[in-house]
Amino acid sequence: MTEILSREQVAWRLAQDIGDGSYVNLGIGMPEIVANYIPDGREIVFHSENGILGMGPEPAAIEIEYDLINAGKKPVTILPGGAFFHHADSFGMIRGGHIDICVLGAFQVSAKGDLANWSTGGPDAVPSVGGAMDLALGAQRVLVMTDHNTKNGDFKIVEECTYPPTGLGVVGTVCTDIAVIDISADGPVVREKVSGLSFDDLQSRTGARLLGVESCGELKVPVLD
Amino acid sequence: MIDKTIETLAEAVSLIKDGAVILVSGFGESGNPTELTHALIDHGPRELTLVNNNAGNGHVGLAALLEAGLVSKMICSYPRSSHSEVFNTMYREGRIELEVVPQGTLAERIRAAGAGIGGFYTRTTIGTSLAEGKERRIYRGEEFVLEDPLHADFALVKADLADRWGNLTYRMAARNFGPIMCTAANTTIVQARKIVDLGDIPPEQVVTPGIYVDRVVEVTNPISEREMIAKDIRYIGGEGP
Repeated sequence: MTEILSREQVAWRLAQDIGDGSYVNLGIGMPEIVANYIPDGREIVFHSENGILGMGPEPAAIEIEYDLINAGKKPVTILPGGAFFHHADSFGMIRGGHIDICVLGAFQVSAKGDLANWSTGGPDAVPSVGGAMDLALGAQRVLVMTDHNTKNGDFKIVEECTYPPTGLGVVGTVCTDIAVIDISADGPVVREKVSGLSFDDLQSRTGARLLGVESCGELKVPVLD
Repeated sequence: MIDKTIETLAEAVSLIKDGAVILVSGFGESGNPTELTHALIDHGPRELTLVNNNAGNGHVGLAALLEAGLVSKMICSYPRSSHSEVFNTMYREGRIELEVVPQGTLAERIRAAGAGIGGFYTRTTIGTSLAEGKERRIYRGEEFVLEDPLHADFALVKADLADRWGNLTYRMAARNFGPIMCTAANTTIVQARKIVDLGDIPPEQVVTPGIYVDRVVEVTNPISEREMIAKDIRYIGGEGP
């Protein structure tokens, strides 16, 4: 029986890769919950591209400040030591390589680490890029958090992106609901996969040739509420 | 004597003419100069080009300006949001032009305009459709794309404190685009929560020095676009902010 991780478990696993002292930007949506699973004892400074360093968790309802929101426009808090700054400074931090880690969602990741996450290219879509391209190119390391396959079972890890790219060769690691995959110069290397899933099964659910059959370990996560 | 304070919102926006390019501060529903935007609807210039991170929410502020038919072009990074139905409809019906710019490039283009920089090279958009047709350059082995400064005729900005010289502070993350937009317009018009005496803002805490500001109007209790959207309040014009 193949274990499939919940979103929270994917977030937990990804959070283990974020080292003490890191400056981290969490993309809008699913990546935001990574903040809930930072291991005890690690001090992480969260950046929000609208102009916050030291962003804290969602406030209690009575403490909501609409001038204190994150990039997803949700109310947040600011921790002691935090700072506010304007948008050009905020994106200077990103573009200038000062953000250690950025966690993003993805429509597709290619074998070379190309990321497609801003547009499906549909004729009716209102093109909206936001900070995705700046973050993908500027962060020192891009971690992608995604389901391994689409709801229809289509591949999300592919040889070449068919959706419009956000950035080329930018992805470092992909954490999915069944595997942790590092993008190396030779292609995607499986670091961990869930128990009960053979390497061949994982390959059959992946649109790019996978490496690491000898070295990959088991993807173990705790039971989370 | 320098006194940039203006008594009324209507007077503050009275110089804005048809065809103007206007920077509008704010991100989501924080830092939006909603009262100035509503005064602009009442003033009624047409064929405007607006620059904002987003493209308005609900039927207030920027969205109401679009809905009033006064805007022909939007320059922004992220027009689509949970309450952007006004823009979405106009865009799909071909009633408004859109220039979509990555958020960091948008900010830097505004900053460059204010700092007298003739353009800059960035790696952002390399390999994507948004880099098409732009000049490229290899720098230290990496490819960069040339982006132009983004000047404007006017900026509408929301601040927290202001004085008669135009020195400004901002509240929390409502700062977002305000400081850079103040620098990049021929005429910068600010709505501030409170106008204080010269010297009341400690010099160390001035975020936007008054040199960048032309007009300041006090709006003591600025409305929350988020609350207006939640209550489905529409701004039709002529009823005051």
